[in-house]
Amino acid sequence: MSQSHAIIDMQAIRKVYDTGKVKVEALKGIDLVVDSGEFVAIVGPSGSGKSTLMNLIGCLDTPTDGTYRLGGEDVSKFTRDELADVRNRRVGFVFQGFNLLPQITAFENVEMPLLFGGVAPKKRRERVEELMTRVGLGERMDHKPTELSGGQMQRVAIARALAMKPDVVLADEPTGNLDTSAGGDIMGLFTELWKQGSTLVVITHDMTLARRASRIVEIRDGRIVRDGEAAA
Amino acid sequence: MKRNLAVILQLFLSSARLQKKRATLTIASLAWGTVTILLLLAFGEGLKRQMMSNDQAMGNNMAIMWPGETSKPYKGLPEGRPIRPKMEDVDFARERLPELDAIWGEYTSWRTALSYGRKTVNGRVIGTRFDYGDARKHFPKARGRFINPNDEDEKRRVVFLGNEMAKDIFGPEDPLGKTLLINNSPFTVIGVMQRKRQSSTYGGPDATHAVIPQSTFKAVFGDPRINVVVFRVHHEDDMPAALKHFNEVLGPRLGYDPEDPRVWGLWDTVKGQKMQGKIMLGLELFFGVIGALTLIIGGVGVANIMYAVVKERTKEIGVKMALGARRTWITGPFILEGLVYTLVGGLAGALIAILIVTGLSFLPIEGNDVLEFMGRPTLSWPIGIATIAILGTCGLLAGYFPARRAASIDPASTLRYE
Repeated sequence: MSQSHAIIDMQAIRKVYDTGKVKVEALKGIDLVVDSGEFVAIVGPSGSGKSTLMNLIGCLDTPTDGTYRLGGEDVSKFTRDELADVRNRRVGFVFQGFNLLPQITAFENVEMPLLFGGVAPKKRRERVEELMTRVGLGERMDHKPTELSGGQMQRVAIARALAMKPDVVLADEPTGNLDTSAGGDIMGLFTELWKQGSTLVVITHDMTLARRASRIVEIRDGRIVRDGEAAA
Repeated sequence: MKRNLAVILQLFLSSARLQKKRATLTIASLAWGTVTILLLLAFGEGLKRQMMSNDQAMGNNMAIMWPGETSKPYKGLPEGRPIRPKMEDVDFARERLPELDAIWGEYTSWRTALSYGRKTVNGRVIGTRFDYGDARKHFPKARGRFINPNDEDEKRRVVFLGNEMAKDIFGPEDPLGKTLLINNSPFTVIGVMQRKRQSSTYGGPDATHAVIPQSTFKAVFGDPRINVVVFRVHHEDDMPAALKHFNEVLGPRLGYDPEDPRVWGLWDTVKGQKMQGKIMLGLELFFGVIGALTLIIGGVGVANIMYAVVKERTKEIGVKMALGARRTWITGPFILEGLVYTLVGGLAGALIAILIVTGLSFLPIEGNDVLEFMGRPTLSWPIGIATIAILGTCGLLAGYFPARRAASIDPASTLRYE
């Protein structure tokens, strides 16, 4: 099998939210394999199950049924702390709302996953400096997020996502809060990261961003309804 | 483990510097609570020590017995018969009750004239044995002494004066070695009692009476009835057995039923001591509870600010979880924060309390009526340990519950959208 290249390997994933009175089946059997080096856009209307899928891919939640292997590890039955470690090592998150910690500097924001990953202070500094330069903010490391523009904040968030050299960068509407030009910048940065070899999974409404991906997966009502080349 | 601690410490430091004002207020409330509990307990401890020492000034572990009347018939003798013990009866009891620390009878002559030069004072004169001195804490001032067995054997005309009485008779003069007249017989002053604070007495305060050997008393005043018989046991637990044995020895000799409870008017000081111990313990507990409650208010303050912080930082906590923070890395900084607040507040409070107590210790206690009764606030190790225990519990709980809430945050639901 060519599974050695699969970063994400989901088989028959179901997710049911039990709110007590009603059970909502958000995902009704998802099979999804993402190989190393792919740039996948996941699209679909609201309520389609995109967010649930994103939570599962990012190990923020566990599936009700089915198996999920991330980077070869079966994470479906992991404990909370094990999931935390998996998120730290294997997943880099980029959110629509940036989710930077507002009271600390850009540098410290990017440093945080390295701190959780047990990287020594000196190596942390080197790595943060390298990443900040890579996203074009080498001069702004000591600024707090509130002193940065939206596009700059998202760059810091991307630097943070890359800090632990994750298996996959998971972006949730990364351009949703940005104006067209800043959004274009971020899209450019993603394309660049992909060309440098990162595996990207982007959840988006934005078809211009989705079209930059190598593959588009469309979700509707908890099922994958289309999966193919972006050009299609 | 080491890594966990390092991460927790780093997270704690970065959050602590963000809320200096809140931290300061919280620490101040804890310091306040600590000062309150420490001062209350110190006050209670001082009061206890002072009352104990005032109470013990008369002596302890004693049974004081006034002769009364029988309430039961005995060997053909009717009830209602007064008993009249003599000194020989006390000597008889002493030989047969070796378990006692001391036993003595006291003759008392009330309103007796004591004259020195032109000054005459009417006062109490006690005739008794030499062991009375130690048991009843009649400690002589410098160069003086209490009566001794030789005084008694030789019926010496010597007198030991209470300090107030000595002052009344001699004024500023040193009474030692001077001769005064008691009932018109000359007596030499061999000692004057050291001043003591005395809260319990029988007959009157020790400071206002004079003590002479019982043999001399008999010679000067005739052989009157014994006013009171007193014995002292080595340990307070010996008292019930000693009382029983005492009656078994003296009942047949004096002609009363040893089981008769009314023959002697009894003052068992051990009962009083125990009762007072209980009262003081109750008082200290009361102070402690009030103090602890005050301190807990401080603890609730800490918990309150921590809850607010958790709520405020829900999103931040979610982000940290997404970035791979383990559960303990989320809870640890909160618990640490609670502990640090209580520790710093507790230390500050302890410092203030120590300063206050030390300051009070410079107040003169002699001649100050309030302080003579209340004593001086005193800090002791048990007080310190109790306070530390309460503070520590407060700190842990104040941090623990908010931390638990923080750890229960679901990252997935906090991260999406603003």
